[in-house]
Amino acid sequence: MDDLDRRLINRLQLGLPLVRHPWRVLAAELESSSNELLERLHALLADGVLTRFGPMFDIERLGGAFTLAALAVPEERFEEVAEQLQGLPEVAHNYRREHAWNMWFVLGCASEQGIAETLQRIETLTGLPLLNLPKEETYHVGLYFPA
Amino acid sequence: MSVCISRPEDTLIQRLIVLTQAGLPLLEDPWAWLAEQLGLNIDATLDLLKRLQAEGAIRRIAAVPNHYRLGYRHNGMTVWDVRDTDMPRLGALIGAQPFVSHCYRRPRRTDWRYNLFAMVHGRSGDEINNYREHLRYLLGDACGADEMLVSSRILKKTGLRLPPASR
Repeated sequence: MDDLDRRLINRLQLGLPLVRHPWRVLAAELESSSNELLERLHALLADGVLTRFGPMFDIERLGGAFTLAALAVPEERFEEVAEQLQGLPEVAHNYRREHAWNMWFVLGCASEQGIAETLQRIETLTGLPLLNLPKEETYHVGLYFPA
Repeated sequence: MSVCISRPEDTLIQRLIVLTQAGLPLLEDPWAWLAEQLGLNIDATLDLLKRLQAEGAIRRIAAVPNHYRLGYRHNGMTVWDVRDTDMPRLGALIGAQPFVSHCYRRPRRTDWRYNLFAMVHGRSGDEINNYREHLRYLLGDACGADEMLVSSRILKKTGLRLPPASR
């Protein structure tokens, strides 16, 4: 990664301008060319420094239901339970966190009923009590990681 | 929270999501490609995108970094037990801190006393500890207790997708 890569990563996190020729605008801004920027972007995606480039939908506004939930998994069962959640398409992310509640995951379903059923299924599957913490208010969402 | 898809424009949004879920093609003229796929002209496509972005249905058309690859290997989910009456003011204040990426109010439970969640990211353990200290200072005596749950492993990361029933 060189300086132009870093500037491109930072700039593209803020969003492509919605103008007729966005790459020309960015090329002027970053003192480069459209081709150069597109080649760099391709390389950064291929290399995995960037995971995605495209519209970021607020998927929650487009229907569906979501929640954050946690399990307190006994250490000796941790891998087994992680596997069980891995297999459920409703589980969007799952993180290990250092706490008595050591497994934290986000569920996305078509409906609130789907959420309730999936939570029930996870409780049955794992035999573990579950902490269900749906969001009640959003104060901020916005990732920005300066390269 | 759940909103049924009903406006005629929502069909277009659905198609847009399916077309770009994996990403926008890396083309000199991405709108021309999108216009052709959607069966619209380029101006109408650009207008649609602008409208969706203004409404918040599209946050932006942007790159998502693998933050681990950029050195952000430390993240902490800070959780706070905040006095309910102070929550609207303090939730907004905490959410406005530049190092907080997500900030939500969530319910308390019998065995869970924390109602404010703020995610922080940093390049070292010290960095996120400092962020936590700063949040603690901002919350002052409106906060009874807090913890920081540090993530030590990603077990699954597919991201939120359109629910299967509405795809």
